[in-house]
Amino acid sequence: MQIAVASGKGGTGKTTIATSLALSLASDFDVWYSDCDVEGPNGHLFLKPEITQKSEAVIKIPEIDPVRCSLCSKCVEVCQFHALAKIGKTILVFPQLCHGCGSCTWNCPEKAINEVPNPIGMLETGMTNTGMHFSQGVLTISEPMPTPIIRQLKRTIKPSENSIVILDAPPGASCSVVETLRGVDFALLVTEPTPFGLHDLKQMIGIVTEMRIPAGVIINRGGDTFSPLEDLCSDFHIPILMHIPFERRIAAGLAKGLTLIAINPDYSQKMQDIYRHISSILASNKG
Amino acid sequence: MKLLISAQQPELEGLIDRRFGRSPWFILFDTDSDSWEAFKNPGVEKSGGAGVAAAQFAVDKGVNVVISGDFGPHASNAFHVAQIEMRLFTQDVLHVNQAVELFKQDKLPEFI
Repeated sequence: MQIAVASGKGGTGKTTIATSLALSLASDFDVWYSDCDVEGPNGHLFLKPEITQKSEAVIKIPEIDPVRCSLCSKCVEVCQFHALAKIGKTILVFPQLCHGCGSCTWNCPEKAINEVPNPIGMLETGMTNTGMHFSQGVLTISEPMPTPIIRQLKRTIKPSENSIVILDAPPGASCSVVETLRGVDFALLVTEPTPFGLHDLKQMIGIVTEMRIPAGVIINRGGDTFSPLEDLCSDFHIPILMHIPFERRIAAGLAKGLTLIAINPDYSQKMQDIYRHISSILASNKG
Repeated sequence: MKLLISAQQPELEGLIDRRFGRSPWFILFDTDSDSWEAFKNPGVEKSGGAGVAAAQFAVDKGVNVVISGDFGPHASNAFHVAQIEMRLFTQDVLHVNQAVELFKQDKLPEFI
């Protein structure tokens, strides 16, 4: 089963939930935690894995052979990302705009395009001392495109049939979140009872609805009832799976690098309950 | 000489746009004939690569000078290669025709 932990708004507690959920299940299941927040992966701070393998994440960008190129401009026309321009007697390549789709190479009538690897970051995999598989993508600073590295990171995960994959999604509601959500069985949406949390949860619900991914909500840093959030969930028939209260003890523990279940072991059982709840939702969807 | 000026409206007397890649319109002004024409910026609706798309448009139109409030790294790179001159609006420029006049008087600073 693949579960993505996403939020829309940043700083609502995705990594808090994802790491504790993963740890709570690790004694009974083969768990694969993967930090897809490649612009700022921080799950490693809590899980403290031993990284045993590092490889470069690359995208293949075009390199034009000026001898073969007839300057027909076909590559420029087919590139929907405008990573190519025909300027005088040269075809200019803009590597930071290239998504590595290969359309230019495919369409070049002169076979004048070679694809050369352009490194954009690192893929790191290993294990935690609790026996959990760990992986994270690290996008190189100033590289603008997180989606290829997320795609390649997800390919490093090799679950068996009964494994549980937990994807710690990036914040926001853009391409990198969609890339993380692609193919998952369930989206766990972490939010907070504020207008910002509400606004961004709406966006996330829009995405999971469009992608037909069943979802549940965790309201973090709660306290008094914030009815717009609960109304939104009930309008879209999205269950609220857990409330985590706003507690100084939790904030202080997280700031020290402790996981939620280390701060309060009761959450271990609660996380297992959430997993069972998700399993039953998925089972009833199938039936 | 052909000037391309980023504009908010398809009018010579219209407001300039200080953005290059994302400006909705371009005014192409020919200083030899004092004639002008407005074009939609093909870059404006792109999710990415707007600067390159707009620069490609300028190159294809055979302009000699582009005038805007600023040029991003991709567009300016393309213009350097194309040897197209980049000039900047001064603070007092509001309308396209003002930019044309100031260019003729060589009062618009170069983009470096």
